Amino acid sequence: MNDYNFAYLDEQTKRMIRRAILKGLAIPGYQVPFASREMPMPYGWGTGGVQVSAAVLTPEDTFKVIDQGADDTTNAVSIRTFFQRTAGVATTTATRDATVIQTRHRIPEEPLTEGQILVYQVPIPEPLRFLEPRESETRKMHSLEEYGLMHVKLYEDISRHGHIATSYAYPVKVEGRYVMDPSPIPKFDNPKLGEMAAIQLFGAGREQRIYALPPYSQAVSLDFEDHPFEASKADHPCGMCGAVDSYLDELIVDDAGRRMFVCSDTDYCEARQAAGHKGKDAA
Amino acid sequence: MTPLLSVQNITKRYGAHIGCADVSFDLYPGEVMGIVGESGSGKSTLLNCMAGHLTPDAGQVVFDTRTDGPRDTITMSEPERRMLSRTDWAFVHQHARDGLRMGVSAGGNVGERLMAVGERHYGDIRDKATDWLGRVEIDAARVDDRPTTFSGGMQQRLQIARNLVTGPRLVFMDEPTGGLDVSVQARLLDLLRGLVRDMGLSAIIVTHDLAVVRLLADRLMVMKSGCVVEAGLTDQVLDDPQHAYSQLLVSSVLQV
Repeated sequence: MNDYNFAYLDEQTKRMIRRAILKGLAIPGYQVPFASREMPMPYGWGTGGVQVSAAVLTPEDTFKVIDQGADDTTNAVSIRTFFQRTAGVATTTATRDATVIQTRHRIPEEPLTEGQILVYQVPIPEPLRFLEPRESETRKMHSLEEYGLMHVKLYEDISRHGHIATSYAYPVKVEGRYVMDPSPIPKFDNPKLGEMAAIQLFGAGREQRIYALPPYSQAVSLDFEDHPFEASKADHPCGMCGAVDSYLDELIVDDAGRRMFVCSDTDYCEARQAAGHKGKDAA
Repeated sequence: MTPLLSVQNITKRYGAHIGCADVSFDLYPGEVMGIVGESGSGKSTLLNCMAGHLTPDAGQVVFDTRTDGPRDTITMSEPERRMLSRTDWAFVHQHARDGLRMGVSAGGNVGERLMAVGERHYGDIRDKATDWLGRVEIDAARVDDRPTTFSGGMQQRLQIARNLVTGPRLVFMDEPTGGLDVSVQARLLDLLRGLVRDMGLSAIIVTHDLAVVRLLADRLMVMKSGCVVEAGLTDQVLDDPQHAYSQLLVSSVLQV
């Protein structure tokens, strides 16, 4: 199967995307415009992430795709198959074996290492979008570092709910300069963004923006002095592997409303079960 | 004494049409200047040029900044000018909707300027917001309500609170009482007069309502077709208008 160029996109397009990635790495958190291409999947399915992955993949890479932490959901399976077919790269579900990981809505539980690349699918790259609808104005606010408005959103959260109720896409300030939307990852994952050993790349296909966090860069979650940032998760152990430190999905398991909590990171959960850990709901 | 704002030969053209031509005046600390004139006489153009919303074709707007003394705000860099408009300046729009964030609670609206200048303590911001709501006679219990649920007069008072919270020294007002009914206008004017006197604010008020300037302004400029036709102390101009247009304006006021 080699009717396509390696990893679907043509070489000029990949060069264009790599230039945007390099610029993004040079200016951490800055949204670099790029000429996003039509991909053979609808917007919202990860066209930005797929283009970034296509631009960074080499034939020697091992590729992993997760969707909400899981390797076996539709989005993850179809993107993994896409690159199996068009690039012929090896794929894996094990976080530690992968060199390029494309993700939607999660950072893997297992700490990433140098040499790995984490590619995020981003629906809306502009953190100020819902506060200031004018793109011309938000660009000016970024360039002049006027981020007071971001705190207005957090203020509204506290005044309405008594605490900062933003639980995903929680804004971070990168290297003391740009405020960045970390894509809709739960705020539980926010502390992992900063000081990460792996390269983090963010691609937004419809919005035509790429931004990046180089390894070991600083990313501070915004907060108030008297309402500090808190990484929250469901206060339960995983039902399958018993982990108490991982981000959990809540599942309704029968008509009577019985529920169970399981790790959203399937690879992490399976590895723990294979190592003999057992939760209270494990069969 | 250094004038707080010194406007020199401000000219703004829209193509062949003149917005305002060759306007100059000085405004001293604590002084309130009224600008009156008919619709289309260039009042708002002049105000927007001074407040940095429009770039004039010629002239200088020299503001006495806290740190560096008198500076021309037209040639200063955009970040500096925007910083100035968040701290030392305030702009009250005619329509409160233009100056408020309608999707954000009253407290958030007042707090925005505080957060924009680096305030990061929720409790302090909220206390200041509540305090300011009280000063503009809005019930503190409504601090979490959105401006969409407020009446027109309350929205206008909220806009004033939002602008004055950072303790500006110069307030630009573009027909602050326009579109409000007369009893609400009277209360708002009362409130404005109190705030201006208490805080020692300087203000430039654009209006076509002579009663507003009679109440608030120390000095008055009358504009016609983009030019200042008469200027002087408010009472002097209103009681003894010299220019034909000023005479027409004063005689046009309906007597009840």
